[in-house]
Amino acid sequence: MVMGSLREETEVVVIGSGPGGYVAALRLADLGKNVLLVESRERPGGTCLLEGCIPSKALIHTVEIQESARRAAEFGLAFDNVRIDPAKLREWTDGIVQGLSDGIRGLLKRRGVTVLRGHARFTSPTSLSLEGGEVSGVDFKQAVIATGSSLNRLPAGIVPSVWSSADALKLPCVPESLLVVGGGYIGLEMGLVYQGLGSKVSVVEFFPRLLMGADFDLVEVMVKQVSERLEEIMVDSKVLSIAEAARGGFDVEIEHGGQKARKHYAQVLVAIGRRPNSDDIGLQNTRVKTDDKGFILTGPDCRTDEPNIFAIGDVATGPMLAHKASREGKVAAEVIAHGTAAFDNRAIPAVVFTDPEIAWTGLTEREAEQQDIKVNIGRFPLSALGRARTLGRTDGLVKVIAEPDTGLILGVGMVGPMASELIAEGTLAVEMGATLEDIMVTIHPHPTLSEAFMEAAEVAAGEAVHINPPRKVR
Amino acid sequence: MFEFKLPDLGEGIAEGEILKWHVTEGGQVVEDAPLVDVETDKAAVTIPSPRGGRIASLRGKVGDTVNVGDVIVVVDDGAEAPETAPAKAKPAAAPAVAPAQVSPQVGTQVGAQVGAQVGAQVGAGAPTGPRRPVPAAPATRRLARELKVDINQVPATGPAGRVTPEDVHRFAAGGSAAPAPAATPARHAPPPPEHVAAREVRDDTAFAEFAAHASATIPFLELEPLPDFRHEGPVQVEALRSIRRKVARKMVTSMTLVPHVAHMDDADVTQLENFRLRERDRRQGAAGGKLTLMAFVIKAVTSGLRATPAFNASLDPFREEIIYKKYYNIGFAADTGRGLVVPVIHGTETRSIVDISEQIADKAARARAGTLPPDEMRGGTFTITNVGPLGGTALLATINYPEVAILGMGRVQEKPVVRDGQIVIRKILPLTLAFDHRVADGADAARFVGELARQLSDPNLLLLET
Repeated sequence: MVMGSLREETEVVVIGSGPGGYVAALRLADLGKNVLLVESRERPGGTCLLEGCIPSKALIHTVEIQESARRAAEFGLAFDNVRIDPAKLREWTDGIVQGLSDGIRGLLKRRGVTVLRGHARFTSPTSLSLEGGEVSGVDFKQAVIATGSSLNRLPAGIVPSVWSSADALKLPCVPESLLVVGGGYIGLEMGLVYQGLGSKVSVVEFFPRLLMGADFDLVEVMVKQVSERLEEIMVDSKVLSIAEAARGGFDVEIEHGGQKARKHYAQVLVAIGRRPNSDDIGLQNTRVKTDDKGFILTGPDCRTDEPNIFAIGDVATGPMLAHKASREGKVAAEVIAHGTAAFDNRAIPAVVFTDPEIAWTGLTEREAEQQDIKVNIGRFPLSALGRARTLGRTDGLVKVIAEPDTGLILGVGMVGPMASELIAEGTLAVEMGATLEDIMVTIHPHPTLSEAFMEAAEVAAGEAVHINPPRKVR
Repeated sequence: MFEFKLPDLGEGIAEGEILKWHVTEGGQVVEDAPLVDVETDKAAVTIPSPRGGRIASLRGKVGDTVNVGDVIVVVDDGAEAPETAPAKAKPAAAPAVAPAQVSPQVGTQVGAQVGAQVGAQVGAGAPTGPRRPVPAAPATRRLARELKVDINQVPATGPAGRVTPEDVHRFAAGGSAAPAPAATPARHAPPPPEHVAAREVRDDTAFAEFAAHASATIPFLELEPLPDFRHEGPVQVEALRSIRRKVARKMVTSMTLVPHVAHMDDADVTQLENFRLRERDRRQGAAGGKLTLMAFVIKAVTSGLRATPAFNASLDPFREEIIYKKYYNIGFAADTGRGLVVPVIHGTETRSIVDISEQIADKAARARAGTLPPDEMRGGTFTITNVGPLGGTALLATINYPEVAILGMGRVQEKPVVRDGQIVIRKILPLTLAFDHRVADGADAARFVGELARQLSDPNLLLLET
């Protein structure tokens, strides 16, 4: 047999082994399908596991412990010589990634899912070619596209030696000063990591605010805390040029309000979003359609315009979030197996692991304003919560967005410690169609941060006991 | 800044529809100048501006429905802190503008503006405006999918309209006549920009919910969406609004709740008409001079109601009580050109016929002008409708719920009748009393209408009434 001419045949092929693709493959196998998984990287896990969520959270956790130790001085706990050993940290993070990736491999193997290496391109609606592997092509009945997304690069004229977020996660070094281009969640998370590691970090953002997707009141609380740790936050500012400086590092020209300034940084990290991997997978040989940004268009059953091809995760329309991809992976698998599933979720939680954390789910206050939806909002500040005080973390709030007449919970937003964990209850509330009353009568353990959600529901219902009632207007 | 809230327009009225703004954003307004025309279920009122200053923002478009207490306009009066007018501001009963300016253009204006606005929305790709999905737990939604039920059509029994698994099972088992929706369009499919309904009936969901509810309650009731008449021939579609909508509600309520029975009789009003026409000519120009037959009928009816309290009552079906009213407020149906309204003359037992006549003329004129305040259309205990002047021999009216009886007057005509064995020509007024058979019986009606006819046949008898 000639190398490269070997073809495989399968019922379902899944392209990509990220949190969308590998979940779809496992679920399909459990539902009795013959599944083949194609991955162009060496390891399964996708961006999330290999160069995204997982390693970044390990780094963030480490830095936060350091930050907590620093804060602890306030309540009489002093640490001498708290320091981070980057080499050890790198090793620890790599270990986590490797362990989880091996875990996925094991799960796939035990379910009998064949994993092929290579870059897949459709050659027809029922066949694809593979580049860079032992098998040259796959014939299939159904396909699930889970090819994910890639980092956006700065336009021409930018030197290649600047970091991407993937580069930064590898902890190549701890620069003396670091400019983060992009005030989205990746830029802020990585900026705070390097600040914790010892860099002087500045952030530059093109838009007038950081974290444009989040409600302003939440972002404000976070920015207030974070600005104490960062050198400079430049919003409404444009990076005109980045050039390698003769003395090492980078000269960066930044424009703000018509004023141009030239600044020097030891390193530059570019985190300006991601784009879907839909341009080099042979979609022209199918009827699959994309929107003008390259996202594959799908229906609620994750089906594309080519009836036997499905698309999930970052490459399909919707927010680029691992948990959205996993849910879509299950939907696609179930639709292929028995046809009745649908991605009918009402709330996709968003989480930003800054310090304090920001999280929201369902309708945001901004969306309500933009769509002219009347809402009743209850806000509860963490400063009024016992547990927040005992943690020394009163910087934060929880807000509940409800329908005025019925009290139906439409959305929840929060900023504060553990917001990433606490948002789950809010998502459940929206998904179940819970009302303010449902949350208010549910006993929340005391003293915990989870009480803030109940308190915010009480505020929205006008029945809060821990907040002074609004002043009567005469 | 001064935030002006829609004031209380009279007892019980919670909302109004914006007919016309007299001001524009950025423009100036002086205190007490006309601000906005608002039409309620009862009438149109012009609300004057409580402050002078620059109009900072208008919080509603023509055609919008605003609630009492909503901020409708913000006036920059130079004061810094936002100040709010209390919602119980003095009712703007006295109109500052000749309402004739308001009424004729209402239909076209409202229709055009609302249509344009909704159309623009569709064009921009917003399918049905802000609308939330039906609340239901994920497992319930899956159940609906598996039972091939559109969850949006399932009548909900849970709080906040939440659909429960039991609701889905019930709906699936009941096999409602609700039409199966077309295949779910892909997320990116734009809505067809065709016909725009005056009221946004979301995906026919509202209809389906209603149909399912109604047919579950009333045996044999079968409700289907109307066909698209445009396929049959040219049509003109108008929004059901304001007075027309209110009439529709009242009539359906009355016909649904009240077992109507009609009793008919003729009154020989020859003597009365001779007397009335003579006195009318003599009193020309004087107050209440335009003596109408209605005034006499109201007086005679008042007398009849005192003798037969069952027709001046209300029935409370929930408490199972009949409430006999010891006051007499007689309403009369008035055709205003914008729809039917019923002005009420309060305390007819203490008023003279001339007084009543004057009240009729005054209230009818203001009702036609659209300036009759809601208070003067409230509190009726009995209604009279007189289509006689327009023609017709007799009419069967619908009771003005929660009243229990309504008197319909046909046209007074000269007719040959037999008197003492002779055929003579007399002026005959046909009377039809429609009454609520729950509170009274045919014998009561016969006595009531018979006595009424007797009083109207001899004006001297009316002398015995106050």
